[in-house]
Amino acid sequence: MTVVAVVRRTLLVLGLPVVLFALWWFATADSTDFYFPPLATILESFGKVWTGERLLSDVVPSLLRLTAGYLLAVVVGVGLGLVVGMRRTVRDYLEPVLELFRAIPPPVLVPVIMLFAGIGDTMKVLVIVSGCMWPILLNTVEGVRAVDEVLSDTCRSYGITGTARLRHLVLRGASPQIVTGMRQALSIGIILMVISEMFAASNGLGFTIVQFQRSFAIPEMWSGVLLLGVLGFLLSLLFRFAENRAMAWYHGLRRAQRNP
Amino acid sequence: MTSPGITPVMEKTAGTDTGPGGPGGAPARRGPVPVALLRGLAGVAGLVAVLEVLPHTGLVSADYLPPASETVRALWQMLAEQTFWTALGDTLTGWGLGLAIAVVAGVVAGVIIGSVPVLRAVTASTIEFLRPIPSVALIPVAVLLYGTDLRSKLLLVVYASFWQVLVQVLAGMQDVDPVADDTARSYLLGTRGRVRHVMWPTALPYVMTGVRLAATVALILTITAELVIGAPGLGREIAVAQVSGAVPQVYALVLVTGLLGVAVNLLARAVERRALHWHQSVRVEVTA
Amino acid sequence: MLDVQDLQKIYTGRHRNVEALRNLTFHIAEGELVCLVGPSGCGKTTLLKCMAGLLAPTRGEVRLDGRPVDGPPPGMAVVFQEYGRSLFAWMNVRDNVALPLRRKKLGKARERELVDHALEVVGLADAHQAYPWQLSGGMQQRVAIARAVAYEPKVLLMDEPFAAVDAQTRAELEDLIRRLWRELGVTVLFVTHDIDEAVYLGQRTIILSKSPTVVQEDLTIDLPDERDQLHTRSSTRFAELRAHVYEQIQRAKHHSGDTEAHTEAHTAAEDRIPEPALQKIEP
Repeated sequence: MTVVAVVRRTLLVLGLPVVLFALWWFATADSTDFYFPPLATILESFGKVWTGERLLSDVVPSLLRLTAGYLLAVVVGVGLGLVVGMRRTVRDYLEPVLELFRAIPPPVLVPVIMLFAGIGDTMKVLVIVSGCMWPILLNTVEGVRAVDEVLSDTCRSYGITGTARLRHLVLRGASPQIVTGMRQALSIGIILMVISEMFAASNGLGFTIVQFQRSFAIPEMWSGVLLLGVLGFLLSLLFRFAENRAMAWYHGLRRAQRNP
Repeated sequence: MTSPGITPVMEKTAGTDTGPGGPGGAPARRGPVPVALLRGLAGVAGLVAVLEVLPHTGLVSADYLPPASETVRALWQMLAEQTFWTALGDTLTGWGLGLAIAVVAGVVAGVIIGSVPVLRAVTASTIEFLRPIPSVALIPVAVLLYGTDLRSKLLLVVYASFWQVLVQVLAGMQDVDPVADDTARSYLLGTRGRVRHVMWPTALPYVMTGVRLAATVALILTITAELVIGAPGLGREIAVAQVSGAVPQVYALVLVTGLLGVAVNLLARAVERRALHWHQSVRVEVTA
Repeated sequence: MLDVQDLQKIYTGRHRNVEALRNLTFHIAEGELVCLVGPSGCGKTTLLKCMAGLLAPTRGEVRLDGRPVDGPPPGMAVVFQEYGRSLFAWMNVRDNVALPLRRKKLGKARERELVDHALEVVGLADAHQAYPWQLSGGMQQRVAIARAVAYEPKVLLMDEPFAAVDAQTRAELEDLIRRLWRELGVTVLFVTHDIDEAVYLGQRTIILSKSPTVVQEDLTIDLPDERDQLHTRSSTRFAELRAHVYEQIQRAKHHSGDTEAHTEAHTAAEDRIPEPALQKIEP
């Protein structure tokens, strides 16, 4: 890449965000509106609020619950998805039930799961699991169904059966769909993490931000909104990074198919 | 000439036994559908039975999980009450209005950005940054600005659904067959002509997918806003029922939201199929 | 070695049954290279799947070394037409070839040796690390062939393996198969719809009728053992055999297990009439 190209690319990537940021900065610079404090004030409180003790007491617990719930949902979703996807009869019996479960808006699970699990960490993890597992499960089912028939025959004729088949054929063959499900599940997981904490909690990001709002600590509240936004962005970045590594073969295959 | 006495030796090949050329994929229209349907109904019946029996066994306390019959009774009583229908109406209003705004805004923005290469290049990073921001982050802002007003709901719904539509429209506009575009150029079609006759038809299937995804997301956010902020609707009814310990009502309402979700899915798919009955990608999606 | 006896296959559907294979009987001796050719839609793939133990016949049986085939037998390798779909897109070339060997527990060294050798003989010695989709169609099919070679099968079944590659590559791959067959002493059944290929490759060509399929003719290809694309194909005998097979195929298009063979000359127009791929049979 030439210098000009680098500069051009940097401008394209950073240009609009910088302009928007500047716009926000200057538009609110002299703001006396109680609800829209100057960006400088928000950033200042961001530094104060989220770097010290709260990082450990609120941000980390939230992320731990999200991680636990999400990983559990992946295990359960992929596991059940394999079973349902590989057995046609099981699929026939369960499909409408699964469609119903998937269609339930995940947030309404919060009050239901609170009945069973109270308002502790278990409840929040369970909420995240029960919201995240459906897209993973149903996409896994789709992926397993779509495993190529010729490849399946190839495995059979070479005596690749049982766990070897599961590992080398079914799981890998279904992985593009599984990853799609995991991507959907991630954004649901973040929503549920926040909501479950807003609903009933004594710590966590959602809880703290609602506390700020209720006590009219407006710059702090805005800093929390900003943090959630950054978190969502970073998690999706992380996901994409992991996906690009794990699914390099798939992206390559798609490119090869598109430009034969 | 069939030979009923002879059964396949290898049961595993049964899946390919339905006929050559049509293995796997979607079942034939008149083929195995009734069996699948019956099994599906049996599955639902099984779920109901389990939900009915489980609380009686004591494995799960009936305080947390009322028998299915009780949930149905609660639902039946609710259906007779005006408040339920008002709440349902509020939910549907928030969903429909939010979705409509998001779709219009997403399509307009998508077509403009997608048809001007410079604009697309400049906005790409911003879209990639704003899109994954969870809309629930806006809950405190919505409460502060609009309280439990409909606008609160709309802020969340529109923000969440808008990106679904926009991203799909942009993907669709980019998927234009270069040959088709070159053909249009060589016949001296202007930008507007190319957008209308080449880009938009290519993007349409993507737009419909975006609308379908947005419809689901919009419902989730509508209910979330009602549940968390307390905007009127089914979500608030659930919160109220839960706080007052009316457990069967909670389940009945959850069931209603689930059915609403199924209805939204089916509706969105039907609209998608109707709008694109001529289009190849629909068939691909149905079978794949 | 490989016996096909009274083989019949009826696909049973909900509303109709389709008889793909009517009654097939033939024998392949150890070390033979036999081509199967027939009009399109004549159930070649069905037959091959039955022989590979991937599909259960309705009646009759396939025997390998005297043992009935009731599932994919060890010692048999299959190369499919759809090379793009028969290779693992998520594994590199080397792993694709090595995977079937793992089950055999040959030990690392022997496994490596087999894979190296197989890739060497198909001319892919420097493509070990590539992914299949990075290769051309012909090279992908070479990977599939290498996988079969490394597996050290006694019988190699090939289902129209070169139908989807371009003509030049095809010629190279045909010679590769001849060479491998002679070097490895493996029994090869090669299914094709290409008449030239059927004549050029094999020692025998079995011509199938249209569906429901029976054996129309079992023809010995009395070409010299040394063959090459240039001289063999331009020889008089090749032309005669080719013409004969062509004639039989044309006849086969109108002949099935349901009709008597008839010898009337038919017009070119008739030949172009698309035939139903499968015959409908009332249940």
